[in-house]
Amino acid sequence: MKYVTEYRDADLVQAVLREIRRTVTRPHTLMEICGGQTHAIVRHGLDQLLPEQIELVHGPGCPVCVTPLELIDKALTIAEQPGVIFTSYGDMLRVPGSGRDLFMVRANGGDVRVVYSPLDAVKIAQENPDKQVVFFAIGFETTAPANAMSVLQAQALGLDNFSVLVSHVCVPPAMHAILGSPDNRVQGFLAAGHVCAVMGYWQYPPIATQYQVPIAITGFEPLDVIQGILAVVRSLEQGKIEVNNAYARAVTYEGNKAAQQVIDRVFEVRDRQWRGIGPISQSGWGLRPTFVQFDAEHRFDLGAIDTQESPICIAGQILQGLKKPHHCPAFGRQCTPETPLGATMVSSEGACAAYYRYGRHLILESAHV
Amino acid sequence: MCLGVPGKIIDRYEANGLPMGKIDFGGTVREACLAYVPTAQIGDYTVIHVGFAISILSEEEAQATLETLRGMVDIAEELGPEERER
Ligand code: SF4
Repeated sequence: MKYVTEYRDADLVQAVLREIRRTVTRPHTLMEICGGQTHAIVRHGLDQLLPEQIELVHGPGCPVCVTPLELIDKALTIAEQPGVIFTSYGDMLRVPGSGRDLFMVRANGGDVRVVYSPLDAVKIAQENPDKQVVFFAIGFETTAPANAMSVLQAQALGLDNFSVLVSHVCVPPAMHAILGSPDNRVQGFLAAGHVCAVMGYWQYPPIATQYQVPIAITGFEPLDVIQGILAVVRSLEQGKIEVNNAYARAVTYEGNKAAQQVIDRVFEVRDRQWRGIGPISQSGWGLRPTFVQFDAEHRFDLGAIDTQESPICIAGQILQGLKKPHHCPAFGRQCTPETPLGATMVSSEGACAAYYRYGRHLILESAHV
Repeated sequence: MCLGVPGKIIDRYEANGLPMGKIDFGGTVREACLAYVPTAQIGDYTVIHVGFAISILSEEEAQATLETLRGMVDIAEELGPEERER
């Protein structure tokens, strides 16, 4: 496959790894922000091919993982109501709310449907005028253009039975939160390539300067990831704090202007709760008041929501790069993809899911014997 | 949902007032919205996220990157096996 196969070329990956080995003289801790990159790293074992001095910690860029429990509980409450078709990206169905998940709601007769694109949810609303169709609009900057367009499309089609439950978060405020924490260990970042495809990377030079951390815009194939690591390691070794674009085939400095305009038209900046991490001010988006008629939180009377998080789950610390999945006492024991205690075990971008899927719990177990 | 995969645009049309296209992902064909890539043409490769094209891939940049990386392989070969193992 074009633009995929070339970036899995083992010789080139080895060449970049050699260059990293030649460059590195001291320990560095880097964070890949995006959960998609975490999966690529664990799947291809890239972390194990790196010189020992380089440690990769996994970041908060997993939309399913950071969607606050309160919103999940609201989703469950809405999905349980009669006359509602609740639509969501597939990843959300297994995410544990307080005591239940969307799968259970469906098993109990709720009409919960997985959609590939939010436009599919709009179509369902068109086809079911006697039902209320709600779309769970979660995600980072990558899903925002799609989610925003679904609202504009519902408006253009004059649909009064479509609404969105919005939980949008943004990468730069999370980087500020991580770097500003007294516990921070991150010395360099691999920025999420597709977030930057939408937003560009003009937001990153001020962060690099403020916290003195180099940043490389990084893609998702093994060669992309390893190239991003080389860029950050070179910067750290040379003491040059810079932002490198190591994913130039997909990302420009300005980003996708058309997408940014639609996001800005539909959403405004809001304070947001991050699951496991807590509140981060001005860290996400919500619907602008002009679109209030499409706001599910406004349309449905949800009453008081009482949330209950698993007391064992340390996902919040994992998402901030302070711990890794195998540091969690429940990992691979009480907590598995079949019996998840936290969202990071079920999301296709969750670090716990990646470690479990690629058998890291088995390696760790045999190491303990 | 953030694993945007590159696919090739093989058809363009309009549906419900939105520019849409058929995207070929190495044999699997899916529909995507092209509203955010107004200049995209049939034959272009694009990154798709949750049913929306968010970026057109630049062949020029892709080649430039691969050239630089291939250069690293050549240098390693010139340096010989000893340097390579370092
Ligand atoms: S292994 Fe399970 S309980 Fe532990 S941090 Fe991950 S999701 Fe939470």
